[in-house]
Amino acid sequence: MAKKHLWALFIVVATLAVVGVSLQADEFTDTDVERWQAEYMTVVAEGRALWGSPDLGTNGVACGQCHPNAANTHPETYPKFQKQLGRVIAVREMINWCIMNPLEGETLELDDPRMIALEAYIAYERRGVALDPGKH
Amino acid sequence: MKKQNPNRRDFLKGAGALAAASTLPLTSVELAFADSAKNFTFAYISDAHIQHIAGDRFVRNWDRGLIRAVAETNLLLPKPDFVMFGGDLAQLGTKAELDHGAEMLAKLNYKTHMVMGEHDYYLDLGEYWSELFGPHWYSFDHKGVHFVVLNSILTYDEWTFERWPTATQRMLEMAGLDNPNGSPFMVGEKQRAWLADDLSGVGKDTPVVVFSHSPIQKLYKGWNFWTEDAEQVQALLQPFNDATVIYGHVHQIQYNQIGNISFQAVMATAWPWPYPGTYAQAEHTMPKITVPMNRADPFFERDATGWQFIDLANGRTSMTYHLYNNTNRTVAYDPAAGKPVDTRFQDVGNRVPPQTHY
Ligand code: HEC
Repeated sequence: MAKKHLWALFIVVATLAVVGVSLQADEFTDTDVERWQAEYMTVVAEGRALWGSPDLGTNGVACGQCHPNAANTHPETYPKFQKQLGRVIAVREMINWCIMNPLEGETLELDDPRMIALEAYIAYERRGVALDPGKH
Repeated sequence: MKKQNPNRRDFLKGAGALAAASTLPLTSVELAFADSAKNFTFAYISDAHIQHIAGDRFVRNWDRGLIRAVAETNLLLPKPDFVMFGGDLAQLGTKAELDHGAEMLAKLNYKTHMVMGEHDYYLDLGEYWSELFGPHWYSFDHKGVHFVVLNSILTYDEWTFERWPTATQRMLEMAGLDNPNGSPFMVGEKQRAWLADDLSGVGKDTPVVVFSHSPIQKLYKGWNFWTEDAEQVQALLQPFNDATVIYGHVHQIQYNQIGNISFQAVMATAWPWPYPGTYAQAEHTMPKITVPMNRADPFFERDATGWQFIDLANGRTSMTYHLYNNTNRTVAYDPAAGKPVDTRFQDVGNRVPPQTHY
């Protein structure tokens, strides 16, 4: 019995040590926060550049021609039901839909860095608007 | 009817407009001028944005919008006295685009008057446009109404003449609606002096209708729904009992009343634009009386695009928005209210959910 108790004690101590390490890892500084924000803004800037780019599709049309400042992209409403597709979709599928149709282009992989940049940009232009998933 | 004009037939086939023939608006407005010869109609097509890809390829979507407007306008009965084209025939002001657009407009069976848009102008400052269509600003009289066409998309000289290394870059900078490197539109001092002079010979009871590309009001500067010297131009129009400004650029239904001046925007044939209020990061001053167009369904590429049919009775406009994939709208000046109103949707109780934008 005594041995069992010792083992239990050892496990508790070991667990604490692990938690202790992760507590330290969770500490971050203002510099860290600034760097992370800057990383995000770099991707937003890439998204903004793609937004005005004639090269995303094949006909020279850019997203920004119809969506100035990404208006009317409503990222806060996704996932939501698109009646023409007959199912609930993610905003990336609607981004691809607009690439295929008005831009006559090829769809992007859902984890393509350009797809992430487009989503980062539309989310940035919509910052402050409350999440409202499902809203048409 | 055997000898159908082959051009016209091809046209109808191409535009798929046959079905629309039975639904075109027939005006039934009572004669409002004492002299009935003064009541007339005209059509308004705007913002075609014909866009060159390469070689002989143009963006199909925008081509279809203009082809359809021209085909349907040609079917109007009674026939309009003339057609206005409200600017932005081209997307980047090139000869290829202006030529292609002019070719499509040439199929109109009516006299056509042109308004300059920024997409027509900022490559060569309207030089080629002028070769095709004539002066940048002018006036004409028709059946007792004085019409004025302004080039309202000019801007500060420094921006136009000094800031950009190439004409192509200047064009691209102005073409991006939300581009912070753009510059506010204006009519400018020279043209305002011309306008004052032009209007000095016009009686204050004569209806005056101004056509411009930008709104001649300050609605939202961020997208150039704006004219920098709007107040000065308005001041020249206020002395008239009936003044109307009809403008393009905004690709959406807008209407407003400021003093004696009624304002009405027209739709694009190319694509619709969001209302400024949908941009969460900026303030705007959109006219409160406007009942918005329906939110566009992207799965119908012609939704929220179209052209206009205007009844000018008593010098005031009744404008029917002929919408390709949607219920037509009519906005008419209401003498009792002293402003334009939507004949069907103005009352809050009559609005429909797609008119809510966010
Ligand atoms: C020809 C004009 C046009 C172009 C170009 C265009 N779109 Fe759209 N798009 C629309 C319209 C119209 C809607 C519907 C807007 C609404 O629901 O109010 C839409 C909807 C969307 C939506 C969904 C909005 C919602 O409310 O659910 C997204 C996301 C979107 N577009 C992204 C893009 C992206 C990314 C591009 C460029 C690859 C692009 N669009 C290019 C016209 C366009």
